[in-house]
Amino acid sequence: MTDTTHSPSPDAFNLKQALKDAGFAGMVTFGLCVPIVAFRAEQDMANKLVLQQRWWMALVITGLVVVARFLFSLHQHSRRNEHGPQTSAGAAGVLALIKPYLAPLGFGFITIYPLMMLAMHGPGGSIKWIDNFGIQILIYVMLGWGLNIVVGLAGLLDLGYVAFYAVGAYSYALIATKVIPQTFPFLGVWAFWICLPISGLLAALWGILLGFPVLRLRGDYLAIVTLAFGEIIRLVLINWVDFSNGYAGLSSIPRPSFFGIPFNASDTGFAAVFGLEFSPIYRTIFLYYVILVLSLMTAYVTLKLRRLPVGRAWEALREDEIACRSLGINTTITKLTAFAIGAMFGGFAGCFFAARQGFISPESFVFLESAQILAIVVLGGMGSLFGVVVASIALVGGIEILRELDFLKEVFGPTFDPSQYRMLVFGVAMVLMMLWKPRGLISTRDPSVIYKERKAISGSMVQEGHG
Amino acid sequence: MTTPLLKIEHLTMRFGGLVAVNDLSFDVRKGEITALIGPNGAGKTTVFNCITGFYKPTEGRLGLKHPDGKTYLLERLPDHHINWKARVARTFQNIRLFQGMTVLENLLVAQHNPLMLASGYSILGLLGSKSYLKSEKAALDKAVAWLERINLIDRADDPAGDLPYGDQRRLEIARAMCTDPVLLCLDEPAAGLNPRESLELNALLTSIRADGQTSLLLIEHDMSVVMAISDHVVVLDYGVKISDGAPEEVRNDPRVIAAYLGVDDDEVAAVEAEVGL
Amino acid sequence: MAIFIQQLINGLTLGSIYGLIAIGYTMVFGIIGMVNFAHGDVFMVSSFIALLLLLVATTLFGFGLVPALFLVLVLGMLITGLWNWTIERTAYRPLRGSFRLAPLISAIGMSILLSNLIQVIQGPRNKPVPPMFTQVLPLFEENGYTVGIGYKQIVIMVVTAVLLGLFWYIVQKTPLGRAQRACEQDQKMAALLGIDVDKTISLTFVLGAALAAVAGVMYIMYYGVINFSDGFVPGVKAFTAAVLGGIGSLPGAVIGGLLIGLIETMWSAYFSIDYKDVAAFSILAITLVFLPTGLLGRPEVEKV
Repeated sequence: MTDTTHSPSPDAFNLKQALKDAGFAGMVTFGLCVPIVAFRAEQDMANKLVLQQRWWMALVITGLVVVARFLFSLHQHSRRNEHGPQTSAGAAGVLALIKPYLAPLGFGFITIYPLMMLAMHGPGGSIKWIDNFGIQILIYVMLGWGLNIVVGLAGLLDLGYVAFYAVGAYSYALIATKVIPQTFPFLGVWAFWICLPISGLLAALWGILLGFPVLRLRGDYLAIVTLAFGEIIRLVLINWVDFSNGYAGLSSIPRPSFFGIPFNASDTGFAAVFGLEFSPIYRTIFLYYVILVLSLMTAYVTLKLRRLPVGRAWEALREDEIACRSLGINTTITKLTAFAIGAMFGGFAGCFFAARQGFISPESFVFLESAQILAIVVLGGMGSLFGVVVASIALVGGIEILRELDFLKEVFGPTFDPSQYRMLVFGVAMVLMMLWKPRGLISTRDPSVIYKERKAISGSMVQEGHG
Repeated sequence: MTTPLLKIEHLTMRFGGLVAVNDLSFDVRKGEITALIGPNGAGKTTVFNCITGFYKPTEGRLGLKHPDGKTYLLERLPDHHINWKARVARTFQNIRLFQGMTVLENLLVAQHNPLMLASGYSILGLLGSKSYLKSEKAALDKAVAWLERINLIDRADDPAGDLPYGDQRRLEIARAMCTDPVLLCLDEPAAGLNPRESLELNALLTSIRADGQTSLLLIEHDMSVVMAISDHVVVLDYGVKISDGAPEEVRNDPRVIAAYLGVDDDEVAAVEAEVGL
Repeated sequence: MAIFIQQLINGLTLGSIYGLIAIGYTMVFGIIGMVNFAHGDVFMVSSFIALLLLLVATTLFGFGLVPALFLVLVLGMLITGLWNWTIERTAYRPLRGSFRLAPLISAIGMSILLSNLIQVIQGPRNKPVPPMFTQVLPLFEENGYTVGIGYKQIVIMVVTAVLLGLFWYIVQKTPLGRAQRACEQDQKMAALLGIDVDKTISLTFVLGAALAAVAGVMYIMYYGVINFSDGFVPGVKAFTAAVLGGIGSLPGAVIGGLLIGLIETMWSAYFSIDYKDVAAFSILAITLVFLPTGLLGRPEVEKV
């Protein structure tokens, strides 16, 4: 808890100080636990609150903190005496060695991932792996890549990104369930493919509408206004029942077809047409490849734009807005394009999300989602596409794995519900990861143009933007 | 005497009750290096910020006449048009490079507007059209030519923030020059340079003047630079012009001496009476 | 007219609570330029602390309501202060001076951590608080509608006013307040002049949390119920209040809080209760767009 380094010489481990620190941390923890852990207020039959005392729990937590603080002192001590730079250089060397193979290997893996799962777990068992892990992670990769344009490249802090995700999802849901059946019912089977571009464009339009008044704000103010916009859109979706069906949400949203061939058990369905036995797994695999292609498109466009004047202007804006103005760059338009393009990818992802779920409600578009996407971008390392992938796997995959911890019930008894701890662990992980790597996993910047030699730019040089 | 490029007439800038620049008029002539000097707090940077669109002047007219005869009123232009349309470029007192971008990238960002047009607002660029690739190549060539000129070609792929101070100063000038300005405003370009770097800077600035496309306006405290290269000196004190003329004239102006030595007003009056003003 | 006055009283009560939370945002932003995203959740934690202390004092020790509340207020301020001190020490201080987004993300993580921690250790269900000071003091009557001020509203406004006065004294007249204002102006210079900047920042967090704890006590007294997820919305509204008043300005935070409370109650009474949060968030956006420095904030001069 305290990081004071009082050791007289770097070699001797100051046991007394470490014990003192641990004891202090324990005292503070115990103070924090009274009364919030030591007592619990439960409602009785008469709806009255009665106190339960749980001093043992407070003592256990205190003990854990004391031990953790002591181990932290030990760890810091050993790190001081280690030849730290060497080990990290070694790791960097290994990374540099495998780096050229990383992209093709990773690409190969994600391409065959559903088939691998199918082979390993069979049609019934693989749905969970393809859907909960594969598709779920890819949605966040796409959202992370979309937000990365706004936050990572242009340096504009957006805490309401989920609003554009919601715009995309509701655009698809409303057009596919209300507009198309009434106007062009024969297009129903194509609904997803027609609405995908529309959703993206509508989200981009909203990005421009919301962005225009607020983009001259700087720093945390922009963050808070975007947060407010995100909440306004969600609250309107909750309260404007005629439009969005409120809390109840929209259901029976048409699922995507295989370019006109629906995934159902009918004679014209996918399985029948291709002479396969009907199984829901085909749709899941197809959805996986749809989101994979959408994400790769996002990455491709981002990489391309970074090498175009507009992308360079985004990064210049992040580095120094005043210098940009002195070079004749229209900063408002440049920010708006970043905002709109980021929003557009959010809209695509939202459209896909609605089509995958078949049901959406405002519950899916809470602030926590924005926070999670932002955490992925920042943790990945601002501007790094690869970092976003790693961070998505770590955060989203980690959360999904916590769902799988039912066996802990056998350890802690049947009343123990591991899913309760999911978000708690997520919050702790967010704080710890920031403490561990404040600049994200991949903090170096790749130049957008080279004269002779490609050199990665150290993260300490790169500015983080003020908007 | 050549024709004026920029005519500053009755420029006044107030911040609340503070008058930073008061009824200032002077000309920046075509093909010349004009120096704006004065003690700290005299309002020099404020004048720059008015010319380059960072402040909107309270009063006054800033008329810029291009060689093709077109006139721009700088006080009425939106800030990004001052560089793009009126072609006035500037550098900053505290160097403002894009530190996390490479030296080469810095010079490409400076060519944003022409490249943006060439890339068809990114659409042609995304499609990889030939005409865009050609413009990009031209932009790179121009950047490389400038890097050779300022001796930074070996560091083209290094982040600008890694360069030593003097190189950063020259890079900032090259970046401003990549926007093809008719007027280049330099805010204390020699500040923090060692004597050798200062001489290199003089050579660079006089060579820009010799190219004939760009006139220069500079704020400078280093009198050796001012006296060595400028054709015309304007002296500012407390937001008011106190002297305007060739370097030798200004150097001997008692009001300038008084302003720099910080003597009392009655002493100035005494000096003025002595020289018969 | 009668309804208007009644809403005025309700709005000012609610606004006092927002104002108390808003001070925590404004002080932290003033001194380290960071939006302490977890502050709303610190307020929520303080409400739980207050609830539990109240139960302990009344059921275990058999205190009367008034002495119990006094005890809850004092202990609640101390314990919540300790919470915020710990949060600053572990999650924010190591990130000071590093990447600008890191403390913000850390604060968001802390906000998620706090609300889910309370969910885990106190359960997800609403906690109803035994009603207190239920009497109403009738003021006047108009067309059969009685305008009254609840005893608890009186308590809330009086306690808020007294504590704000005390707080004002601390910030204006004590060495701590002076150190704080110095750090706000220039941390490096303050450190050179012998001010312990770390300690001053820690104390700022403790003070902010203590006021949030007062708000927590008032909140459970006023609404009679608390839930682990109750930190976010009051937190954002209090932040809105801080921005509306001019972030960094202490009187601004109080005025902003009162305004937001009034707007919210008036909006609910005259327009639609469903859209009251939309109204609050819209005001935030509109203020920032048209009046970025708020009502009492210092204008920001762009340095070139």
